Amino acid sequence: MGRYLPGDSLIYHLDPRGKFLLTFYFVGIVFFANNVASYALLLAFVLFAVYLSKINFGFFIKGLKPVFWLILFTVILQLLFTPSNNPIWHWGIFTLSKEGMVISAYIFMRFILIIFISTLLTLTTTPIEISDSIESILKPLKRINFPVTQVALMLSIALRFVPLLVDETTKIMDAQRARGVDFGEGGLIKRIKSFVPILIPLFVSSFSIAYDLAIAMESRGYKDGEGRSKYRVLSWARRDNLTIIFMIGLTIILLFLRSY
Amino acid sequence: MEITFEHVTHSYNADGPTASLGLDDVSLTIKDGLFTAIVGQTGSGKSTLVRHINALLKPTSGIVKIGSRVIDSETSNKNLKSLRKQVGMVFQFPESQLFEETVEKDIMFGPINFGATEDQAKESAQKMIQMVGLDESYLSKSPFDLSGGQMRRVAIAGVLASDPETIILDEPTAGLDPVGRQEIMDMFKGLQKNGKTIVLITHNMDDVANYADDVAVIHSGKLIANGLPKDIFNNNDLLKNDLLTLPKSAEFAKKLSQKGFSFSKLPITIDELGTEIKQQLNGD
Repeated sequence: MGRYLPGDSLIYHLDPRGKFLLTFYFVGIVFFANNVASYALLLAFVLFAVYLSKINFGFFIKGLKPVFWLILFTVILQLLFTPSNNPIWHWGIFTLSKEGMVISAYIFMRFILIIFISTLLTLTTTPIEISDSIESILKPLKRINFPVTQVALMLSIALRFVPLLVDETTKIMDAQRARGVDFGEGGLIKRIKSFVPILIPLFVSSFSIAYDLAIAMESRGYKDGEGRSKYRVLSWARRDNLTIIFMIGLTIILLFLRSY
Repeated sequence: MEITFEHVTHSYNADGPTASLGLDDVSLTIKDGLFTAIVGQTGSGKSTLVRHINALLKPTSGIVKIGSRVIDSETSNKNLKSLRKQVGMVFQFPESQLFEETVEKDIMFGPINFGATEDQAKESAQKMIQMVGLDESYLSKSPFDLSGGQMRRVAIAGVLASDPETIILDEPTAGLDPVGRQEIMDMFKGLQKNGKTIVLITHNMDDVANYADDVAVIHSGKLIANGLPKDIFNNNDLLKNDLLTLPKSAEFAKKLSQKGFSFSKLPITIDELGTEIKQQLNGD
């Protein structure tokens, strides 16, 4: 996963609703692949999408970093603990076999495919577009009195607060540093203690920002979000239909290549 | 302590696609024992500049000398405590840094971090609360029960309590009432008379005229003028391009000069203006 990167390419211009749903769809069909050919097909698809996005490949590699240890752990686990009738090497509870190698290679591929495709979504779609698409996707739930607009508003306010709180944290950390706090120095207890002077001011200012925001919204006539018009209008274009057709094609070939 | 900037450039997010230049080749000397004002439009780089003085930011290129300490892009983030003890910094809206249960504990926080004993810190808190114009009964209160102006004073006391040699002030009086503002500014001027070096970021040109010995004008990350307040406020290039506005006295003198008065140099304080008017009226 990564943070939104401003850019201009076909992937950027796709409707965020489509991108959001198709990303989930793709993560689903990754689990249908079960042989070399089907994995190769999915990898080719992901690389093609990455190519279309015109984003430097380095950003996708960076997306692997936070889950690197998880991938390594899972792969090693599969490699050493897959039971087999003709092991290459055997010691105690550890078994190394051809089957184990194949399974761990597949697991590794799954991780790569899923992380690359979700990184592609987050790099090319702004958080606000994602929250707009969630609102749009949840719309049918209005029938059962689910408060879709309120939930969408909560989502976008939460997103709006992220950079605000980051700024506020930096500011408070700087102020406490100037008063002689050394973050990340000393033992564990001392380190935990050094966060108190950040957390308390952060809570206080979050509440006051939230309170101000509520007053500002009410004074501009906000009531319950019903009948609000949109500044950003999502528009479904031909390219979005084509993407879906492309995805259906991919699924058919995948099912064809899959061994039963 | 003299502070010298030598060709300092600071770039935010230097490696990312959103890199932006905060400071652009700034060379400036902040003289020991003087009251230096830093002025410039919002976003011009004033705050970026002063954050280099206690190494909250490090230059991307160039060096900053603070007394005998030299800070460059390679300086480690460790062992900066001694520098930060010498350079106190009052941030914009410093009341947001308060966190302790009582005012006394909050003021003691800085001195104790810098190695003072409990007793020394307590003594310092008692002295500082009076210096910022509150009495000792406030020491046992919670900082969150105070009014905005009182919180500001407590926060300033918390910075001064570590007895820094150089005090950096980032718009310390923004949002205060006029009386409070003058009290606070007079207190800083008093500290300077007792030997401290003061660096003040401000948008208030009257404060510059009344308190500063030296002015630096920053515009889009560059130092575009540096000198005595009376010279800076008589610099027509700066005024013409809206990079600077005049203090009230100079504004008034300008209007008077349309009505027949003549000033070789615009007076920038009320005293100077008064003397000039008196002379010119008596001279007629």
